[in-house]
Amino acid sequence: MSRFLPLALLAGLVVLPLALGPNPYLLNALIVTGILTIGAMSLNLLLGYTGQLSLGHIAFFGIGAYVSALTSLGFDVEIGFGLRVVHAPWPAAVGFLLATVAAGSCGYLIGRLSFRVRGAYFVIVTISFAEVVRLVALNWVELTQGPLALTNIPAITLGLPGLGMWTLKTKLQNYYLVLAVGTLCYGVIARLVGSQFGRAMRGLKENEPLALSVGINATRTLTVAAVISAAMAGAAGSLYAHYLRIIDPDVFLFATTVSMVIMVVAGGKGTLLGPIVGGLIFGLLPVALRPVMAPEAQWIVYGLVLIVILFVMPRGIVPGLSGLLGRRSAPTVPVLEASPAVQR
Amino acid sequence: MSAILSVEHVGVRFGGLVAIADLHFDVQDGEIVSLIGPNGAGKTTAFNVMTGFLKPSQGAVRFRGTCLDGLAPHAITRLGLARTFQRTSVFPDDTVLDNVMIGLHRRGAPMSRTSFRDALLGRSGAGERALRDRAEALLDWVGIADRAREKAGALAYGEQRLVGVALALATDPTMLLLDEPVSGMNASETRVFVRLIEQIRGRGITILLVEHDMPMVMEVSDRIVVLNYGRLIAEGPPDRIRADPVVIEAYLGQGSAARQAAAAVLEAADA
Repeated sequence: MSRFLPLALLAGLVVLPLALGPNPYLLNALIVTGILTIGAMSLNLLLGYTGQLSLGHIAFFGIGAYVSALTSLGFDVEIGFGLRVVHAPWPAAVGFLLATVAAGSCGYLIGRLSFRVRGAYFVIVTISFAEVVRLVALNWVELTQGPLALTNIPAITLGLPGLGMWTLKTKLQNYYLVLAVGTLCYGVIARLVGSQFGRAMRGLKENEPLALSVGINATRTLTVAAVISAAMAGAAGSLYAHYLRIIDPDVFLFATTVSMVIMVVAGGKGTLLGPIVGGLIFGLLPVALRPVMAPEAQWIVYGLVLIVILFVMPRGIVPGLSGLLGRRSAPTVPVLEASPAVQR
Repeated sequence: MSAILSVEHVGVRFGGLVAIADLHFDVQDGEIVSLIGPNGAGKTTAFNVMTGFLKPSQGAVRFRGTCLDGLAPHAITRLGLARTFQRTSVFPDDTVLDNVMIGLHRRGAPMSRTSFRDALLGRSGAGERALRDRAEALLDWVGIADRAREKAGALAYGEQRLVGVALALATDPTMLLLDEPVSGMNASETRVFVRLIEQIRGRGITILLVEHDMPMVMEVSDRIVVLNYGRLIAEGPPDRIRADPVVIEAYLGQGSAARQAAAAVLEAADA
C-alpha cells in the first residue's frame, strides 16, 4: 500500500492548483514551500542517510541562486591584475544547469575537506563555509550588487528550437516547474537509497568500522552523497532566483537552514517522504496561521508544533505513522514467524 | 602450501606503551590458525594492523604477496581479507537480510538497475532480487535464515556473531579473521560454530582466529600462535602448545582469570 503513497501524493499535488482555483497568494506559498522542500530533501540525503549534519546547507542553495542569476544576467567584473571577466547573458535554463553543477562542485570540495573530520567538525566546517559565501555575496558588490540585490532576473524559458519556447512567468507555470524538479529529485534519491549505494550510506551511519570491513569506501560514499545533495540544493536555489526574480545576500540566512533541518527532523529523517511531509507542514503553517495571529505568535506556534510532533513521534511523522500502521497489521507477523518452529 | 598471510616483524607502540613487539608469523593457505594469549596480550591490536585499522610502528603485513602498508580497510577487504568484530558485529538498525545485502556491497551496481518508475513505486529491480537471493543463501548457509526479517540489533549475541560471519563471507574472502567469535555463546551454540568454521575452511577459506575458549581453540586449530605482553612466546600444533611450559607459565603468572584459562588449557589437554 505504501508504495502507492508517493504516486498518490504526486497526483494530489498535480490537481491541487486546479482545486484551489486562481489564488495567487496560496500558489505563491506553495511554490516557495516546494522550493524549500527540495532543499529539505537534499539535506535529508546527508542528515538522514549518512548521518552527517550540514548546518551550512543554505550555502549550496544560495550559490545555486547566484550562479543561475548571474549566468542569465551576465556580468562584467575585474578580478585583479588588470584582468576583466565579461559574460554576456545566457538563457535561464542554462543558468539552472550551471547552478546545479556549481553547487555540486562546492559539495565535492566541502565533502573532500571535511569528511576526514566528522560529526561536530563537519557541522562547524559547513557553518563557516555558508558564512564565508554570504560575506562574499555581500561584499563583492561589483559582481553581486551586494545588499542592493540582483534584480530583473529573467524567468526560466523552456522549449526546443523549432518547437516553440515558453517563458514560465505565471505562478501556475512555476508551480508545475517546481513540482517537476521536486519529482525528479525524489526519483533520484529513491533510486540512490534503494541501491547498493544507499546501503553503503546506511552501513556507514550505523557502524562505520564494520562498513569499512566489508569493503565500503567511506570517503567516496560520503563525497558522492555530498555532491548530489549540494547539486539538488543548488537546483532549488536556481528555481528560487528565477521565480522571485530578485535575490540579495539574505538568501544565505542561517534561519533557512534551520527551517530545512526542522522539516527533515519533523517529517522523519532517513525516510523518502519525511522531508516532503515536514516541508508541507512547516511551509504552509504560516499560511494557515496568518489570518488568526501576528507573525511573532506564529513563531511560537511553529515551535510548539515541532515540540509536540517530536514528543509524540520522536523519530518524526513518517516513521511514527508507519509504526502505528505496522502495529495495526501486526497479527500476521507472529504467525509468519512461528511457522519455521512449527515445522521443526 | 604457501603463506597466504605473513606478519613480518610487526611492532605497535601507543606512546610509550608497547602493544606488540616484533610479531612475526605466517599463515599457510587453507590453515586454521589461532592467536591466543592473556587479556591485553595484543591479539585484537594485531587484527587491527592486519586489516588496516591501525598502522604498525614497524614491520609490515603481506597478504597473498601484497604489502598492506598504507592500504585503507576497505581496500584490504577488496583483496580478499575479511574480518569480524568482537562486540559490534552487525548494523543494528537494519534487518538481518539487509545486513548481508550491505555486506554484498561489491556485487551490486553502483546505482541500482531499478528503473525510475519502479523507484517511484518503491519496487525493486532484477539486480536487486538476485542480490537478495544471494543474501538469503548466505544466511541459510550460516544457519540464521529464520531470522532474516528481524532487526539485527534485536538478536541474541550468539546470533549477532553469526550475522557478522555472514557479512564477512558476503565479501567473498580468501581469508577470514574471526575476533572472539564464540564469546557470549553457550556450549551447544559453540559446537555449532565449530562445525561452521570447518565448513568455511571447506570452502577454501583460510582462517585466523582470536579466542579465549580454550577447548574450542584446541579442537579447531591446525596451529596456535601464543602472544603475551605483545610478544610471540610460542607457536605450534595444539598438542605442543598444550604441553609448553612457557605457555602455562604465561597464563599462571597472571591474575585469577588467567588461572582459569590455564586450567581450561590443561582440562582440554586431558580431554
